[in-house]
Formats: sequence, C-alpha cells, structure tokens
Amino acid sequence: MLELNGIHKRYRTRRGWHTVLDGVSMTVHKGERVGILGCNGAGKSTLIRIISGAESPTDGVVRRSMSVSWPLAFTGAFQLHLTGLDNLKFVCRVYGVDHKPLIPYVQEFTELGEYLNEPVLSYSHGMMTRLAFALSMAIEFDCFLIDEAMVVGDVRFHERSHYELLHKRKERGFILVSHDPNVIKLYCTSAYVLNGGKLHPFPSVDQAYEYYNAIMQN
Amino acid sequence: MSAVAETPLMRSLAIQLRVVHALLLREIITRYGRHGLGVLWVILEPVLFTLGVAALWYMLKFHTVSNIPIVAFAITGYSSVLMWRNTTSRCAMAIRANRPLLYHRNVRPFDVYISRIVLEWVGATASLTLLTVFFIGIEAMRMPRDILPVIGGWMLLAWFSLGLALIIGVLSEISETVERTWPILTYILFPLSGAVFMVHWLPQTAQDAVLWLPMVHGVEMIRHGYFGDLVPTYESPIYFATCNLVMTLIGLWMVREISNRRS
Repeated sequence: MLELNGIHKRYRTRRGWHTVLDGVSMTVHKGERVGILGCNGAGKSTLIRIISGAESPTDGVVRRSMSVSWPLAFTGAFQLHLTGLDNLKFVCRVYGVDHKPLIPYVQEFTELGEYLNEPVLSYSHGMMTRLAFALSMAIEFDCFLIDEAMVVGDVRFHERSHYELLHKRKERGFILVSHDPNVIKLYCTSAYVLNGGKLHPFPSVDQAYEYYNAIMQN
Repeated sequence: MSAVAETPLMRSLAIQLRVVHALLLREIITRYGRHGLGVLWVILEPVLFTLGVAALWYMLKFHTVSNIPIVAFAITGYSSVLMWRNTTSRCAMAIRANRPLLYHRNVRPFDVYISRIVLEWVGATASLTLLTVFFIGIEAMRMPRDILPVIGGWMLLAWFSLGLALIIGVLSEISETVERTWPILTYILFPLSGAVFMVHWLPQTAQDAVLWLPMVHGVEMIRHGYFGDLVPTYESPIYFATCNLVMTLIGLWMVREISNRRS
C-alpha cells in the first residue's frame, strides 16, 4: 500500500513562498491503476516526485509498504558520459539486482545493438527514451510511477511500452499523471483530478473526466 | 520523512552501502574511463603531484635550510594538503552535477558526498603509503620513527577532510560566493596549513596564530611520527579531534538541511 497524508509542497521564490501542493492525501493499493489528471502547471510532476521519494514534502507523510519505482522513463537520470550498459549496471547496483540476466531483455527492447556500449550522449532522443523505459522495466516494482509528459515516443514505442506495462505486467499497479484525459480513460481504473493544489477523488474515471473538462472550460 | 525512519537500521545501512558502492564505481568510470591506466589514476594522480612538488623543493635546496630530510618533509606535507584539498574540491557542486541520480529514492546527497570523499581518501592514503615505501626502498628516506602518530595524524586528517568537504559541499551548492571563493581560499590556506613549515621554525606569535588551524595539528602529528625527536612538534590531537567533531556535526546537519530542501 502507498499512503499520502496531508502533503504540502511549497517552493521559495524571490517573491516569497509558492504553494504547489496544498494538503494532498491518497491511498493506493497493490495492483491499483490510478490516473491523476491535471492541466499544465497543476503540480503533477511535483506530486510524482514526492510519491517516488525523489523529493521531500514540505509537510505531510508518505508511507510506502510496497515497492515504488522512480518516475518512469525519466531520461534525465542518465550519466551522459557513461554507456547504456554502465547506466544499467548503476541502476541495478542501486536497487540491489544482478544486472547480467537483464542484458538480453534490455538489448531486445531498446534495439540499441552495438550502441549499448557507447556513451549515452551519442544517443538520439528515441534511443534514450527506449533505454530509460527498459531500465525501469528491468527492475520489478509493485507500483510504477509514470509521468506521461516524459514518455514521448513514436507509435511503435507507444505500442511496445504499453504492451510491456499493461499486458506483460498485468498484476502490477501504477500511478499515471497526464493532462490527457483519454490516456487516463484508456488505462486507469480510478482517477483523481489535481487542481489548485488539491487532489479530488472520483468514484469513476468518467466523473473525473467530466469535472476535468468543466475546469478546463473555465 | 517517516518513510525513512520506519526502515530498520540494519536494512538502511545495507541500502546505504549498496548505493555508495554503486556511486563509487560510477565515479571511477566517469572520471578515469576504462581505457589506459583507468582506475590506477586514483593513486597515480596524487603520487605524481607529490613527486613533482618534492622534486621542486629538492631543487630549491630546501634541505639545506634545516636538518629535516626534505623528501619525507615534502611527502608528508603535500599528501596532507591533497587530502583536504581534493575531498573538498570534489564535493563542491557535487549535488548539482548529480541531481538526476537523486531521482532514485535511495540515492541521497550524503551518499554522493561520501562516495567522493572515500575515493579521495583511498587515493591520498595509497599515494602516501606507496611513496613512503618507495623512498625507503631506494634509501632516500628513513623508516618513520614511530608509526602510531603517523596513523593517528593521518586518520584525524581524514576526519577533518570529511567535515570540511561536507560543509564546503553544501555551501557551494547554496552560495555562488562560496563556490567561487573556495578555490582562492584553498591557495591561501595551502602555505598556512603546515605543509611547507614546521611550527617550530616560526616565531612565537606566528606559532600561536597558525595553531588555530586544525590541519596544522595533523601535519605536525604525522611529522612527529616520521622524524621523532629531530624537531619538536606542537600538535594537540585533542584540539584537532574536537574541531573535527564540531565540523562533522555542522556538516551532517547542513547535508540534512539540503536533502530536505532540495527541489
């Protein structure tokens, strides 16, 4: 289970404090597929970073009694001067997993070929995205955190990543944040809307969709 | 955050060791690559530095000024400087350079600092040991008279470099002024740090002033071990250790602050 209790996040700016999250609470059970809708700047990425533990909340408590991934397909988590393989080794060491059995899978999914042994800085954006996705899939988590804005690729990548996440890992849960209600509708079983620093729960994805459309109209 | 506090201590420790190990290997590959001499540069770099300085001092005929053996004097002095200078310069701006890694929950700013510090400790210690053994081997240097003060002084110096590196690491992150002035301060501190003089050579007032600097006590202590009674030394291990303790506590507190505050 994953529990957020009264999460506040404020950033210090030159003009004083800027509140991004203003008392967010939620509970996510194992295997649950949660969608969080929010327009640009609503604080979706901040919330994902706090759930992942990459950032601490200003106030409030995060409890994780299941394993939670890092923000998925985040390409920024690479050391550019290291090779793709080095990056795989690093991530595996951090999470205490043997990297050797994972190499074939990463090879296969990323289609990097010889480039797996080249520095990441020589990669195209697409190659980087595939590597980032493969790395997060290589380590098994109970709950994956997906920042939709960060998972951009062509149609083929979309198909393959969706297959990996939604079909091969059926029993896994995830939290997906997006500004696109269609994505949420397609994949999630429960939905929230993040607006004005508050997280609004909805009994069904459709109701969340309606509410979100209503605030988008204003 | 209570999610951290709820993890049992032994498990936290295991995770920390794992993360520091991963960061260490990553740091070595990033810095030295895997071509040529690779990881050997961890040791070679300080060795060459120290050798260069020792040669320079030898040619400047420093050894005619006093009865102190110049090779041992240069090696002890410059190794000591390398210890606190390299650890701090490696920790300056370390978080900004490694921010993406912090996306992995278990990688904390402290781990980034400690992995860099450990790497410099290893390099400096191996360098000092190798040079000492080598010069004793070719009889350019005598065995240290008493190994205990050498080890004690070196360990206190390592502790000092830990505290200083944490403090400068965090300060460089939050203040551009510190980031820019610290290298300048290093240059000023180098001649004052005890590397190029024995406290005994100084006039009384200068002695009193210079003994306020913690690292002077480390160098004095190490040389006490190397030279024995050849020259009186003025170290106070208690004062040095107290300074180190205070600096380490301040450093740890600062790292915790930056860990919570980072955005």
